[in-house]
Amino acid sequence: MSVHTLTVGSLAPRRGAVRRLLAKDSVARRIDWVLMVAALALSGLGTVLIYSATRNRTDITGGDPEFFLVRQIVNVAIGLALAVLIMWLGHHRLRSAVPVVYVLSLAAMALVFTPLGTEINGQRAWLSIGGYTLQPGEFAKVAIVLGMAMILADQVDAGDREYPGTRAILQALALAGAPLCVVVVDDMGMAMVLSFIVLGILLASGTPLRWSLGLMLAGVVGAVLVWALGVLDEYQLDRFGAFVNPSLDPSGVGYNTNQARIAIGSGGLYGKGLFHGTQTTGQFVPEQHTDFIFTVAGEELGFVGAGGIILLIALVLWRALRIARGSSDLYSTIIAAGIVAWLSFQCFENIGMALGIMPVAGIPLPFLSYGGTAMFATWIAIGLLQSIRLKRSLSA
Amino acid sequence: MTNIPETGRTSRITIRLVVIQILVFSLLLTLGGRLWYLQIRQGDEFAAEAAGNHMQQVVQPAVRGAILDARGVPIADNETRLVVTADRTKLSRLPDDGAEVLAKVAELLGMSEEDVANRVRLCDAETPQPCWNGSPYQPIPITDEATSQQALQIRERAEEFPGISAEPTAVRRYPSPDGARTAQVLGYLSPVTDDEVAESEDTDNPLLTSDQIGRSGLERTYDSYLRGQAGVTQYEVDKFGRVLGQHEREAAQAGANLVTTIDTRVQSVVEDQLATAMETARQQYDSISGRDYEANAGAAVVLENDTGRVVAMASAPDYDPNVWVGGISTEDYQALTAEDSDDPLLNRAIQGQGPPGSTFKVVTASAAVNAGYDFDGSYDCSSSYTIGSQTFDNYESQAYGPITMGRAIEVSCNTVFYGLAHREWQADGGTHPVDHPDDWMFRTAHEFGLGETTGIDLPNEAAGRIPDRQWKQEYWEENRDAWCEIADSDREDYAARVARENCTDGADMRAGDMLNFSIGQGDVLVTPIQLARIYAALGNGGTLYQPQVGRAVIAADGTVLEDFQPQATGQLPDDAELIQDLRDATAGVITRGSAAWKFAGWPQNDIELHGKTGTAEASGDQQTTSWLATYTDDYTVVMTISQAGTGSGASGEAVRHIWEAIYGVQPDGSIDEDAALLPEPNRDLPRIDENGTIVPPREEDE
Repeated sequence: MSVHTLTVGSLAPRRGAVRRLLAKDSVARRIDWVLMVAALALSGLGTVLIYSATRNRTDITGGDPEFFLVRQIVNVAIGLALAVLIMWLGHHRLRSAVPVVYVLSLAAMALVFTPLGTEINGQRAWLSIGGYTLQPGEFAKVAIVLGMAMILADQVDAGDREYPGTRAILQALALAGAPLCVVVVDDMGMAMVLSFIVLGILLASGTPLRWSLGLMLAGVVGAVLVWALGVLDEYQLDRFGAFVNPSLDPSGVGYNTNQARIAIGSGGLYGKGLFHGTQTTGQFVPEQHTDFIFTVAGEELGFVGAGGIILLIALVLWRALRIARGSSDLYSTIIAAGIVAWLSFQCFENIGMALGIMPVAGIPLPFLSYGGTAMFATWIAIGLLQSIRLKRSLSA
Repeated sequence: MTNIPETGRTSRITIRLVVIQILVFSLLLTLGGRLWYLQIRQGDEFAAEAAGNHMQQVVQPAVRGAILDARGVPIADNETRLVVTADRTKLSRLPDDGAEVLAKVAELLGMSEEDVANRVRLCDAETPQPCWNGSPYQPIPITDEATSQQALQIRERAEEFPGISAEPTAVRRYPSPDGARTAQVLGYLSPVTDDEVAESEDTDNPLLTSDQIGRSGLERTYDSYLRGQAGVTQYEVDKFGRVLGQHEREAAQAGANLVTTIDTRVQSVVEDQLATAMETARQQYDSISGRDYEANAGAAVVLENDTGRVVAMASAPDYDPNVWVGGISTEDYQALTAEDSDDPLLNRAIQGQGPPGSTFKVVTASAAVNAGYDFDGSYDCSSSYTIGSQTFDNYESQAYGPITMGRAIEVSCNTVFYGLAHREWQADGGTHPVDHPDDWMFRTAHEFGLGETTGIDLPNEAAGRIPDRQWKQEYWEENRDAWCEIADSDREDYAARVARENCTDGADMRAGDMLNFSIGQGDVLVTPIQLARIYAALGNGGTLYQPQVGRAVIAADGTVLEDFQPQATGQLPDDAELIQDLRDATAGVITRGSAAWKFAGWPQNDIELHGKTGTAEASGDQQTTSWLATYTDDYTVVMTISQAGTGSGASGEAVRHIWEAIYGVQPDGSIDEDAALLPEPNRDLPRIDENGTIVPPREEDE
């Protein structure tokens, strides 16, 4: 008996911690676990797929098969830590830091065009610092989401107006326009993502529809102008050409899309098994651990695995939209909606490009593609979503 | 969600969010649908494409089976040669498409740069030979006659010769044992065409683009046995062609060996004698044409009477079968196919056809006896036979007065057979034939296997022709318009007169047609093998065998895959008595008839020899074709030479020498059994042991 008592007694303090964790109002209970698990599952899957795509590639791994595996695990860990940090800080507390974040990321993007910047695959979007490459544009996404949310929600959340006023909208557009102008020439993919974030935010913040329509019209006019003025590099035009007719030149421009489709199509229902993809082992799909990571899933895990990834992404977006609708203020709604626009467009463009229904653009697949900055930014987005959720639950 | 917060969350924003949600999920649904389409609907196609993507196959050609003579002596086998090849894929990666490397190779091999470049270029509609007809991914042979010194240089200085390799390779060889070329019987190989590869795709043994296949002769007939099965190793490769691993490996299976019925020693004698006879004839003056005999072509066949097996088969002019090995050169090919070349590629023993002349008289005699005439009756051998205004001469013979049919065969009297044919023609109604004419002459000819192929196991055999009523009708229908056109013209030459007659009644069986036919002249055509088969049947008691050159197929490990048995395909329409009569008459040809002057001193009591001579008229200003058909109880020897005069005169000595060699008969008529090449037919198959070594049956006996 005494032994028993002793045991209970010795466990008592810990039990208190567990109880606190499990308490109805505890952070652990209020976190959106569905969102968390789905995001973690995607990151884990991505890491395994990256390992499959890179373990034989001595040309880039320097002979260490786990080179990319280890790095991506570190990336996910840092991303997770950033998400926890954001949750701890809370998106409202971040509000005051938004101008600083915005200016910093804009400055970093400008740095890309200095000798510190490097060009990868015809895109000048990376900063190379001490052997590490960073993509400042990824942080710009966070900055735009937060910045626009702050400006557009300011008067509404203060109860002064029902919807953002024209002045606020113009300010918000100006805020988004600056990084957009920086990237539009050299990084079409990023420009497209930023545009869709702006569009999503304009829609979600309740601004009159003419603004959204105007933005779309501006996008079309801009595209025509860019085309007509010949601002685009040849490789960018080629990508679009190959999209329109991939059989045009199967060994040249259409090669990537063709091989990607072969990889995915040959996976069939159950796939060829992890590490058994012939297209993957044979390196027939270029950029497979980054932009074309979905093809590894398609080939090795088949319809079941690749479809599972789409389902997980759907899960993440569903939870994000749920958080957007359930948030207590416009500031939070805009952040959540901006993140939905951001992630959903990137997922659709990236997977769509692998499946051959979207033109090729250098856009990573959130959670799955290899890359530090993109992983960090994505997990910051998850942190923001969780933070909104926590805030909502508190006040509910 | 029910919580519309105090901060002014309005329905507009909620609606907008719902719209966004619908948009997002329709995008994801689109992705899912597309994924289903690619992986489930089209999955199989992509799986095939992926397989083709990463699999490269390397082919190890199978060693082609040997062709052996009846004792196991190789007539066609393989030798190891140093083959220098060029890999187009590697050459094309060089800045100048490898031109410099090829020039260096040319210099090393002592070939012209142009020649090397031509051999390596790919064939297409506009590229003349030489060019490469096979797959551009397969190494292309530049030469198969590299010396080991040259090969060594290429291999040691590999960095100077990217894309070039020198490997020992099994190459076809025709060793001509005992000096016997056997060229047309063996045939030759040449690379497959793309169409043939495509056609063979679904068969058991698909062709590879690097394959050579038999184009004629035995190489063609028995190609599927000889070819073997190429070994294919499939390698998994990556995008850059680097090998990731070996996937599947099928070892090459050597082709099976073909044992033939040919005896190279006899074959050699036959080839020599045919050539000598032609050479001799060319030095003789032909009083009819007023010039020396052309003797431009000839053929000779030795058959086993009781089996139809071909012991020897020669056709002149012939050629060295080795010219085909490693790709025939332009000069060689032109020499073989030029207009004045007399077609050395033709196997005249089975493809050459012409009127048989008097050798045909055994058929006519059989027809007459079967029509009711007495073989030993009395028939007038006059100097000529006249029908109306037409006179038919007794070409070869003189007038002998009333003689038996047998004597008519011995002395080759035409007029006896003219008379028989004419009476038969009249019995069938003459120019106004009865409804169902007996047509004994034509019927018997068909029953002797003429007018159709013998079925010998060699490709493209000619069928010959029996100009019967049906043929005349068809021939007339085909040519009527042309004849009638000439007939309508104002021309008055001989051709026009003939055309005029043919235009109106060219389909009629005229008396003259019948008379010509009875002595093997006119429109009748036979091949040497058809004639040999008939005489072999007289030698064996009346059975027509399908001549065969393939004796057995023995796998590389010694297993007998096929043992071809003799095939009896027909029976002469003659009863035993008539066959004996014909045997006696043909023996008389040798002892006292038209061939006697060439066979004086033949040991007829030991080896009974029979024969029949023939001298066939040829069209135009060509000289007569000589025929000599001879047989013993065991064998039949038939020789024909075009534009060489009479059968006995042109071929008598040559045929006698062949018989002497077979039986070991000495010039003085004595028999030296040790000198006999083949006193009785080969019966046993040569044995091939497990290692593929050939053990000739004769050696085992000794």
